[in-house]
Parts: sequence; C-alpha cells; structure tokens
Amino acid sequence: MNSPTDVAPQAKTLFEKVWEQHQVVAETPDTPAVLYVDLHLVHEVTSPQAFSLLRSKGLKLRRTDRTLATMDHSTPTDPDEVFGRVPIKVESAALQVKELERNCREFGVELFGLSSKHRGIVHVIGPELGATQPGKTIVCGDSHTATHGAFGALAFGIGTTEVGHVLATQCLLQRRPRTLAIEVSGRLSEGVTAKDLILAIIGQIGVSGGTGHVIEYRGSAIEALSMDERMTICNMSIEAGARAGMIAPDDTTFAYLKGRRFAPQGAAWEQAVARWRALRTDPGAVFDRVVHIDAGEVQPMITYGTHPGMVVPIGATVPDRPGDAAHVKSLAYMGLHAGEPLIGRPVQVVFIGSCTNGRLSDLKLAARLIEGRKLASGVRMLVVPGSQQVKHEAEAIGLAKIFTDAGAQWRESGCSMCLGMNGDLVAKGEYAVSTSNRNFEGRQGAGARTLLASPATAVAAALTGKITDPRRLLAGAQPTAH
Amino acid sequence: MQAIRTIESRTVVLPSTNIDTDQILPARFLTTTTKEGLGRHLFADWRYQADGSPKQDFILNRPEAAGCEVLVAGRNFGCGSSREHAPWGLLDAGFRAIISTEIADIFRNNSLKNGLLPIVVDEAAHAWLLHNPGASVRIDLDACTLTLPTGVVASFPIEGFARYCLLNGIDELGYLLQQADAISRFEQTYDRIHIA
Ligand code: SF4
Repeated sequence: MNSPTDVAPQAKTLFEKVWEQHQVVAETPDTPAVLYVDLHLVHEVTSPQAFSLLRSKGLKLRRTDRTLATMDHSTPTDPDEVFGRVPIKVESAALQVKELERNCREFGVELFGLSSKHRGIVHVIGPELGATQPGKTIVCGDSHTATHGAFGALAFGIGTTEVGHVLATQCLLQRRPRTLAIEVSGRLSEGVTAKDLILAIIGQIGVSGGTGHVIEYRGSAIEALSMDERMTICNMSIEAGARAGMIAPDDTTFAYLKGRRFAPQGAAWEQAVARWRALRTDPGAVFDRVVHIDAGEVQPMITYGTHPGMVVPIGATVPDRPGDAAHVKSLAYMGLHAGEPLIGRPVQVVFIGSCTNGRLSDLKLAARLIEGRKLASGVRMLVVPGSQQVKHEAEAIGLAKIFTDAGAQWRESGCSMCLGMNGDLVAKGEYAVSTSNRNFEGRQGAGARTLLASPATAVAAALTGKITDPRRLLAGAQPTAH
Repeated sequence: MQAIRTIESRTVVLPSTNIDTDQILPARFLTTTTKEGLGRHLFADWRYQADGSPKQDFILNRPEAAGCEVLVAGRNFGCGSSREHAPWGLLDAGFRAIISTEIADIFRNNSLKNGLLPIVVDEAAHAWLLHNPGASVRIDLDACTLTLPTGVVASFPIEGFARYCLLNGIDELGYLLQQADAISRFEQTYDRIHIA
C-alpha cells in the first residue's frame, strides 16, 4: 500500500529541473518569474547601451564574478588589424572595441580583449574555457546563446535592455516556456554531419516550429555525438524559433569539461559531477510536444532560399511552391528556379567558421578533405577559426598550412563572414557555401547569396567550384561535380 | 517610459513572411554605441539603392506611409538575431505597433521593453489587414483589442505584467531592483552549493 511518502516525486524534464533551481521568485498569473542567471556573456555589439543605462542610473554591476566579456562580432580577422600594427579599418567597429574596453574596466568585468589568446566567438570560448557547465542558466545578447545548451545548461539570447537587467540584478523576468522533445533515433550515416541533422530538423519543423518552446534533443543519435557536434545542433535551435535547445549531460560532457580553466577542480569536481548526473529528464516526464526524426534517413543538406527552413537534401531539385509569394521572392533573390538541380551550380565563395562550425573538429574534417588538393579556380575560401585557442591548436597540428597550401585564406578568429560586420563580405550576386547558420537576404553582404551546409559540403564546393555531394570526397573519389 | 493606452493610425503593410531582424536592421549598422538615429537604417536594403538613393516603389518611401504608426507584416515577424536595434529602429522611424499572426520570441520581448506593441491577431483579421493597406485601425491596450474600420474587433494576447508596465509607464528594471532582498537571500543558499 502506498503511503503519501512512497509516492514518487513528480517526473520532471531536464528543462524543468534547471528552471526550478533558478527561480528566485516563482511566476504567478500576474507576474513573471524572477530567474537567476549563473553566467552572463557580454560582447561589443549588444552591450554598449546597457552599460550606458547602468551609468545613467548610477547602478553597479551586481556580480562581476558571473560576467565574462569578449569581442567577436565586429572585430577584424586580419592579423595586422587585430594586433594593432595597422588601425582597424571599420572605424565604428574600432569605437565599439574601445567602448567595451572602457566599460569592462569601469565596471570590473573580465575581458578577453583583442590581443587575448582566449578571445573568440562568445559561444566558442564559453565552453572552451569551461565556463559553460551543466545546469547553469547562461544568457548573452546574442540569439545563438542556445549553443551552450549542449552541456545541459539553460542558455538563451536576450536583448540589450535585458543585458542591462542582468548586469544590474543578475536576474531576468521570464515566463516559463513550453517544452518540445526532438527524439532522434538511429545513427547518422557516413558523410552526414551534425550540421546536416540540424538543418533536416529545421526543414521538418519549420523556422517558427519551436517558437515559445525550449527544445530537448534526445535519443541514441544525439547521445552518440561529440560535444562539438552537440553544440552545432543546439546552436541552430533559434533557427527553428526556439530560444533554447538542451541536451542532457553525460560522460561525454564531463570528459570535455574536466580540467578546463573555469571547471570545478578536485573534490569540487566530484561533487559537481554528482549533481550534474541528476540533470536528466525523468522517465515518464511529459513534454508539451514531441517530434521524431530518424537520423539514418538524413542526407547531406543544403539551403536554397533565404531562411534556414528552405533546405533540401543536396541531391534534390529546388522545390516549387506555386502561389507562395515569399518562396517566389526568395528564389528570385537567390537567382534559382524551381525544378533545377542544386548539384553542379557554380560557387564563388566558401566560408568555414562561425559559432556553428568553427571549432577544431570542424577544421579537422575540412582539412582532411582538402589536404593535398587545390581550390577550383575562381573560388575564394575563408577559414576563420572560432577562437584564438582553436586557431593556435589548428596551427600546431598543421591544419592552417593545409588550408593555405590549398589556396584558402587563414584568419584570426571572430564572427567574420557569418554576418559581415567587419568587412569580410560576399559580393552582390555571388554564391557562397557557408558553414554558418543564417542565409537571410544580405546577411553576408548586400545581395550575397548564401547556401548553408556542413564543412564537408563547403570543402566539396571549394575544390570543384560547384555544389557537390561531399560523400564523393569522403569516399576518396576525385571530386567532380557530376 | 511613457504610458501607452491606445494607438490610432493608418497601417503600412509589408506582406512578406519571416521578415528577420537582419532585414529590419542590417548588421553593418550595428556598430553604434547608442540607440539614436537607427530609423534611418530601417529596412535599409529594401529601402535604398546601392548608391543610397531611395527606391521609389518601396512602401516606406511612398507618401502614404508618412505618419503611419502601425506596421502590418507577414507571419513570423522579427525572427533571427536578438538585436534590439530592430525595435529601436522601428520606434525611431515612428512605429508604435507591429501586427502579425506570429511574432518571434526575442523580438517580441525586446519590443515590449521599449514600448513597441507586438500584436498577434487571428488569420481573418490579419488577412483583411494585408488586403487593405492604409486602413485606419485602433489598438486598445487596456482592452487588448484591435478595431478595424469595418467595425470588426479582434482581441490579442499580451503578457499581463508587460501590459501592466506599458499601461502605467513602469520600467521593468525598477521592479527587478525592488527584488534585491529576495535575490540576496537566493544567492546565500545558491552560492554555497554552486561556487566551490
Ligand atoms: S558567428 Fe555568426 S551567428 Fe555566431 S555569434 Fe557570431 S555572428 Fe552570431
């Protein structure tokens, strides 16, 4: 017989556990929850107005020990500019860099500045330094903050007003989002990457399919992924409209974090791991929605339109959606016609980098495929490591030389051509196969035509000058487009 | 912040679906350290030629758009980047409300914090608005209603606390700062467990 004390505690999802641990004040019908923030990441583009707000109200920064800053979005990737041998070309970007330096000095924030060896894209350095940990709430004035959810953190992007709220109070006013489970069974096939999987997921649920939800990616295919791959998945949650994506922490997570600069050490490490092991969705916990995907069916994917949901397997033709004005407008921008194959289309630019695919394993994969080969004539290829640490590791193991020998440009780290704020641009009308996450009109430059894909597909395009199935390269065959 | 109760205005219509914040305010204009003057760059790539001259056929450049405070847009407005420069730019250009059938989460939050009303209405009201650009509409934030010139009244959801703050001109930061004691109490227990 069950006495009340025998009744199992209510089964909870991973999200619910993290949310509840951070409620300073629970939500009511009239007021949102006051949610505590463990880690606030700050960068130069979305913070200046927030620091100004603090200054104008005479407020202090509440927890400098929970705040880290870097510069990535508008910073140059040319080493001469980065290390001050020549001035930063984009003047307004130079001002933003100065402003962040001043703000961090004045408010006492640790800054990984332009010449720091720990600088890099905010979503690459958080994990790399071990600041990103399971169960934490992590926010940043950037929508790809979802990346950190790969560690079982609740991580989401906020606007600049909210950056100010967190600086001043270490808290946010939040309504509890709904939950969406994406169950990925099976295994990815040879030549298919995590990037292809997340593009396939966005293609299935749509660019607003996750709006109002926090996604938990689960299932055997997710558990088999490395941390870098899990970050690629969670990174693009916002491309499906979800502010956050999470993956339950496991031994892969702990092995990645152990010994990193901000990770707990010694006895504290053991205690942390014990706590982190409880961060799993309980059997029987209920999600608001569940979507199933078979990883075995996912093909290398490529986008053909102007949002990440306009995506098809690389061997497919451009879809036709008669009567859909947005589709027609998008194809006109892309210079593509419904019914034509994507394979074989000429490509002028290839970009490998960004917080989606700018980590060491991405560069290793790209280098393995490009080694000993040359870029097709007329192709410009930029390889931009996600952080200075990734850059140094890649140089130490010879990857940089493989890229430059092939004819690619090797740069300092930053967001670079992902959003073209620093002058790294795709020209009007050019086609760029890019490992980044957004193919919006003008994202990589006014009139630029972006095709999102994996690093393998990007290299295949660089070597052939055309959209090419990367499995041809992986199979060791001479890369040709046909 | 100024209190908001009603807005009465003609509409400007941008029917495209999935208008992302890169369209609303392109990244190259984000290298600013203030909020001012962003209206100039609103929809820059749709609004201006490469040489900076206005594209005459773009709606925001036409005389009938002058003075309009309500923008009607296709489904899933404001998706993509979290840049608050998007609502800042819209406000600076004179808009006070956005109407769509779906508005992206971060953009909606950012808008509410700046007094730009994100209004989600049903398909029927939306379809009518898309087909009748320039219509005079009335938004009542207290009643949460949108009244069309046909007399049709559509209601819209809006988070209760944000609505309260907007109606009374209250700044959410002020409310958060009042929670200082609760935050300190939380930190005392929490830091013991989580900071070794
Ligand atoms: S790499 Fe691109 S998506 Fe990632 S933070 Fe930078 S600009 Fe944003």
